[in-house]
Amino acid sequence: MIGKGSTYNVRRTTCDVRRATFNVQTSEFDGRHSLCRARGTTWYRACSAFSLVLCFLPLVLYAAESNLDEDVRLIAAQLRCPVCQNLSVGDSPSELAREMRALIREQLEQGKTPAQVFDYFVARYGEWVLLAPPKRGLNLIIWLLPVVLIPAGLVMAYLGARRWVHRGAAVTPAPAADPQYAARLQRELDTYE
Amino acid sequence: MKRFLIPLAILPLLALFAFGLTRDPRSIPSPLVGREAPVFSLRLFDGEVFSLAAHRGDVVVLNFWSSWCIPACYNEAPALEATWQRYRARGVVLLGVNYQDREAAARDFLAKFQHTFPNGPDVGSKVAIDFGVYGVPETFFIDREGRIAHKHVGEVTVEVLVQHIERLLNGSERRS
Repeated sequence: MIGKGSTYNVRRTTCDVRRATFNVQTSEFDGRHSLCRARGTTWYRACSAFSLVLCFLPLVLYAAESNLDEDVRLIAAQLRCPVCQNLSVGDSPSELAREMRALIREQLEQGKTPAQVFDYFVARYGEWVLLAPPKRGLNLIIWLLPVVLIPAGLVMAYLGARRWVHRGAAVTPAPAADPQYAARLQRELDTYE
Repeated sequence: MKRFLIPLAILPLLALFAFGLTRDPRSIPSPLVGREAPVFSLRLFDGEVFSLAAHRGDVVVLNFWSSWCIPACYNEAPALEATWQRYRARGVVLLGVNYQDREAAARDFLAKFQHTFPNGPDVGSKVAIDFGVYGVPETFFIDREGRIAHKHVGEVTVEVLVQHIERLLNGSERRS
């Protein structure tokens, strides 16, 4: 969520920089280059500072926004609904999920931390209730397997492609035809022309 | 040789998948079994209040049910009443917890099966969530020390009820 927000704001920064470039067209900078790229100038420093502020703005806004609703939503999104098992407690329209959201809110209002709320549900429903399995024990297999298999697959694809390319290059020209057949073929071609 | 190697490597994977198909994805072991039962109070349909803490020392059977739970809750209802009649004199407590239901429908259900054991609506599903209930019916067997000894998912029969109640009655007698 924070990631998305910052991308958006970084884009806005770029737009502002372009406008700034347009305003000072008379200066020695090329209109196609952004002012920020001309290192060491006052403009560069001002632009950098401005971008930096804009980059952190969503973070600040997020912190201010993180009220109870947001916490309930974040916790509910990470819990599996016991009724419709492929949905989170946050997404499920079931009665039980609705009551679980109410319970999460109630516990947060009582001053429990999100970790304590997760512990409450894990103690009752088991680790099954967490949509993302904890990164320990046997669970590590499912977390590490993609990290191992994807590079392995890429290496295999690369080796396969290389072998393929080599095989194509190594194709030997077909041996010359038997002179007897070559003469006959020529004769027949002559006949049809 | 190499041609057979790849299919051969897939075989164990297929075997694993085949094994997975034989398992019920809905049967998840409850982490509560062997632990102390969450303490709760429930206002019953007859207006009285049931408190689990007051029954420490008794064997308690907790049955989560709904009037919309068809047919499992309807099938097991006579077994629950029969078990209650058989064991109430021996100090076994049976409590029906009505899960996500309308009061009128729940009362009709109780009248239909002439249930005489305590029953109460679980407002806000608080008791159900506290016991990690996935759906109805689910039945919990609580021993004299207040620990959850067993959880039965789905329809219970007299045999299942008797088996676990007897085990808890005898087990506790041996210990004390």
